[in-house]
Amino acid sequence: MRPAFSVIFLTTLLGAGQGLFLAIVAHQTLALLGVLSPDGGRGMYGPGAGVALALLVGGLVASFFHLGRPERAWRSAAMWRTSWLSREVIVLPALMGTVFLYGAAHLTGVNPVLARLPGGGAVDAALAVGLAGSVLSVALYVCTAMIYACLKFLREWHSPLTVANYTLLGAASGFTAAAALATSLAPSEAPFFAGWALAFTVLGAASRAASLVRNARLRPVSTLQTAIGVRHPVIRQISQGFTAGSFNTREFFHGQAQSLVRSLKWVFLLLAFAVPAILLAAGLASGSAQALAAAILVQMAGLMVERWFFFAEANHPQNLYYQSVA
Amino acid sequence: MTQLALVIDLNVCVGCHACVTSCKEWNTSGSAGPLPDTKAYGEQYAGTFFNRVQTYEVGCYPDTETVHFPKSCLHCEDPPCVPVCPTGASHKRKEDGIVLVDYDKCIGCKYCSWACPYGARELDDHNRIMKKCTLCVDRIYDASLPPQDRKPACVMACPTSARLFGDIHDPESEVSRAIREEGGYPLMPEWGTHPANHYLPRRKTRVLIHDDELERADNPLKVDRQQPRPAKGEPTLDDAVTW
Repeated sequence: MRPAFSVIFLTTLLGAGQGLFLAIVAHQTLALLGVLSPDGGRGMYGPGAGVALALLVGGLVASFFHLGRPERAWRSAAMWRTSWLSREVIVLPALMGTVFLYGAAHLTGVNPVLARLPGGGAVDAALAVGLAGSVLSVALYVCTAMIYACLKFLREWHSPLTVANYTLLGAASGFTAAAALATSLAPSEAPFFAGWALAFTVLGAASRAASLVRNARLRPVSTLQTAIGVRHPVIRQISQGFTAGSFNTREFFHGQAQSLVRSLKWVFLLLAFAVPAILLAAGLASGSAQALAAAILVQMAGLMVERWFFFAEANHPQNLYYQSVA
Repeated sequence: MTQLALVIDLNVCVGCHACVTSCKEWNTSGSAGPLPDTKAYGEQYAGTFFNRVQTYEVGCYPDTETVHFPKSCLHCEDPPCVPVCPTGASHKRKEDGIVLVDYDKCIGCKYCSWACPYGARELDDHNRIMKKCTLCVDRIYDASLPPQDRKPACVMACPTSARLFGDIHDPESEVSRAIREEGGYPLMPEWGTHPANHYLPRRKTRVLIHDDELERADNPLKVDRQQPRPAKGEPTLDDAVTW
């Protein structure tokens, strides 16, 4: 497949925004339960939600560049019964709404206490909205990943590992972003975010490596024999029916050398996982704000390369019909 | 339930591309708007087509066969391109099984083209929406045409009658009989899409001739196992038949 930059930005920015919001709400929940200090993270809930919302808006804007007719985008919520893309279109604005309400409640202070826990902890309105938003965040990971994982003949994508990758890589970048933000907004809580960012980065590396191994062992189901229905071991395409390009030759071939694709695999393994893991560990050990800031920048760049590779790696069966120009 | 479809006879197709050009001509002139080309007379031209004819060589030289392979939307009975469409623009008609795109609803997200294993859909770069074969839905029901002309443009154009059109759910239709009796098969059956369009395979045409058909056993000239030999100067049999 040809990687589209709109979709690369869409999926990486959304993933980081969702992860950042999950990190903040997780922190507030754990603080309420007494696991973390009750007031250490207060300073970053509002601004953090603002950054998460900015990432989600950035992803949404990028998605419009993928559409031929962006002015009709509102129609795409119609087929939620069957289409994961439609479900994503519904969940994303709902999540943006909850992130906005959560951030606004913390920044304006209009945050009534809804209930009290037996220990005396106050469940405020923002946390209730935040927990709903967390469910939506996870749902959005599933929707985004299932857009790709549900296409059964794109076998590189048709795997539960796709859902695991989108979830874990989004969570990793979101928690890394939270760690970088915490160094200035809530310095005492940076180790909490960095620790979980490191854990998600390691888990994401394991799951992405598993999908790389799986995909390297795939054998094509469709062949030229089944594509044209001729049962002979030797078939050669002489002509694809036209000499210049068409949508079929542009959309489904990445057009890059296999050596570049192979080297980008190592680039993203380094930039999305190895280097951020080292920087996060360094940030945990030394409390260095620079290390955590570098970690999120490197990881986001690495995840964009990862997403490019994700698309380039997928081999569409229609390509069997376009092997020879003339 | 009706399922309209094409049955394409690969044994007869000569690869003349008449179906491609007549399809383009009909569908670029219709009420659904043009099928535009980009730089049609330039070096890097491109265009949107519903139908393409490809050519394959099967076997190893010198034992090869050339197979011309017309390729268009197969109007699958379980089309994977329909459920993925977020707007409902891509749909399969209940009344005749034709898979269509509602050009007024399509947002051009290309997801349906990703979901089609056959590469049957092409994005129209000018109108920025997805397009595909309509089985000439604006022609086959046109009551102003004589009944024999209510067929897709590609079927009308085919000089060798390699393309048959009809209802594959009617067991007595021409297409059902062709599939049943001539070994019609679907493409990429492994994905469970149940394409409505079928292809008829190449067939070896052999004529069996026995020796007694080449040489008449009771030929009176050969009763005595020898030809009557004319005397010198007399006309031969060859001369006689040229008189």
